[in-house]
Amino acid sequence: MNRMLRDIYNTLLEFVRTFGAFQLFFLKLVKHSPAILATRFDLVVKQVYNAGALSLVIIMICGLFVGGVLGLQGYSNLARFNAEDSIGVFAAFGLTKELGPVITALLFAGRAGTSLASEIGLMKATDQLSAMEMMAVNPVRRVLVPRFLGGVIAMPLLAAVFSAVGLFGTHLVAVELLNVDVGAFWQQMQNTVDIEDINEGILKSVVFGVTASHIAVWEGYNAIPTAEGVGRATTRTVVITAIAVLVFDFMITAAMI
Amino acid sequence: MLQTRTVEIGTGLFVLLGMGALFFLTTQTTGGDDFDADEIFTVEARFENVGSLRPRAPIAMSGVTIGRVTSISFDRENLEAVVVFVIDSQYDQIPDDSDATILTSGILGSQYIGLQAGGSDTYLEDGSEVLFTQSAILLENLIGKFLVNAGGED
Amino acid sequence: MDETSENLIEIHDLKYSRGPRPIFEGMNLTIKRGEITALMGPSGTGKTTLLRLITRQLIPQHGVIYVNGVDISTLNIRKLYEMRQQFGMLFQNGALLTDISVFENVAFPLREHTKLTNRLIRHVVLTKLHAVGLRGAADMMPAQLSGGMARRVALARAMVMDPEILIYDEPFVGLDPISMGVIVRLVRRMNDALGITSIIVSHDVAEVSTVADRSFLISEGRVAASGSPDELRTAKSELVRQFMHGMADGPVAFHFQAPGYEEQLLGRDSE
Repeated sequence: MNRMLRDIYNTLLEFVRTFGAFQLFFLKLVKHSPAILATRFDLVVKQVYNAGALSLVIIMICGLFVGGVLGLQGYSNLARFNAEDSIGVFAAFGLTKELGPVITALLFAGRAGTSLASEIGLMKATDQLSAMEMMAVNPVRRVLVPRFLGGVIAMPLLAAVFSAVGLFGTHLVAVELLNVDVGAFWQQMQNTVDIEDINEGILKSVVFGVTASHIAVWEGYNAIPTAEGVGRATTRTVVITAIAVLVFDFMITAAMI
Repeated sequence: MLQTRTVEIGTGLFVLLGMGALFFLTTQTTGGDDFDADEIFTVEARFENVGSLRPRAPIAMSGVTIGRVTSISFDRENLEAVVVFVIDSQYDQIPDDSDATILTSGILGSQYIGLQAGGSDTYLEDGSEVLFTQSAILLENLIGKFLVNAGGED
Repeated sequence: MDETSENLIEIHDLKYSRGPRPIFEGMNLTIKRGEITALMGPSGTGKTTLLRLITRQLIPQHGVIYVNGVDISTLNIRKLYEMRQQFGMLFQNGALLTDISVFENVAFPLREHTKLTNRLIRHVVLTKLHAVGLRGAADMMPAQLSGGMARRVALARAMVMDPEILIYDEPFVGLDPISMGVIVRLVRRMNDALGITSIIVSHDVAEVSTVADRSFLISEGRVAASGSPDELRTAKSELVRQFMHGMADGPVAFHFQAPGYEEQLLGRDSE
């Protein structure tokens, strides 16, 4: 019994310690960020490419279909109240405030987050990070910070692309397919959606970008340097990012209402 | 390095596309009531019932947005709603006996305040109050009345 | 100790343990300038750990390590990075950065630490690649190289800042005999031609014997024996003989610690 209590205590303590280390790691990333942005922007650009440009196709395809589904669902539900003209409003709110940032963050975790974690984990497993240390190069600055910043920059842009393409998808389904009046579609949207609503979406995607990149870089850097350890780190990246994103989403939404 | 160019072009395209999308979202999905005047003056009005009027709802005159609601509160002494709103300073010749009505855009649309010009020679200015107001028309009350009337004709 | 002292690295009474397991228990060791020193020992004796201690990737729990007469535990980050520039290190499988080409790998330390022009960098990098015989592979990616080639590129990279000390971590593991011969020759040549001090960590007795000036045999957290390869081969100590001649049983027992064989088979150990 006594032993069980001690085990629980130790597990809790270890959890708190890991969480603390995770936060300190974040401070470290932030501390080095301005210098890297100012002096090694070339490294950041490369990571924006990896995290952003390479995720673009999946983001656009998913955005188009999510927007299309919103069009179908919106039509079949709103038509009951003869309010199918409001599909634009329905889709714009859904995409810009919720689905855009959240689905983008989840896709980002799956596409860019895993590749970040496994890349960094492999660099660790193959001594590349130690080799940098030995060449008097700080791997946190040289490897981790640019990847973190790349993700942070890419996420809001990806989320915006997702929402815009999504609206296009809704437009295709609602206007072209279901013959909703094009003027009503856009005008009702413009009358109802506020710049504040868009800002909420942007705020969310910035927070998600920081969260997802932080988690991916952390998991990679702290992976057990074996094939199995790296595999586990990528899985954890997706799981933890998904949970964190949805929790933050709830918190931000609750705070904005 | 071989891929530097690809990386740079790819990143450039990606960032431009992202910015374009952001621009699209901020300008094309919003802006039916983009009221962002720099110089404004504050006016208030009291209503018996504001319905579902919300802060940031537009103030319109002849259908043109000239201002926006800033706050809605309840006056405990007079038992009525106090709506404070701002109007763009360039509209400084609105007669102070104008009418404020809470209207609905479309059947299910959001509510806004419509101002109907009066005939006075003095104008609304910072701190004035619109004295003539008409409360929101509540759909449920209308339906209620309609049903009662319909029942009475039998 | 002054800078020109004969001893480049001195280790005094080093103690280090990972978790509850002690790895070094009061180790003393001296590495002489200009020599090729081999650190040998059975697997799991912490040879790689020792390298990490010398380069302060790890910090000892007790004892002092002097490099060039400086106690390295007193260095701040900047001084430490300055010191590390005197080191070149060759990791077990090269540890080339996988996302950049061979050329950029070798150029990496130059780009990070110097403001040389591109032309000069190109010149230096090609010279170093030529020295390891891989000038023709400059545009290849690390994934396209064989194990031996990757290690040679890593050697070129380790040398590019003209270090005083070159450290080789298991340079012979997993190489075919030809590549092995190439590496052995390169180690010798770098050392003699450039006046570098070399440290080789290995358990490859035969290969090490052909290049090392002095060998240390590490076992159970201490230096068990030291001397030239010949001295070690003819040493009396049982452990040294077991290791040098590759005998299966001896002081390092064939059997891992276990309860009595008979007892365990008959199921009596659980009581």
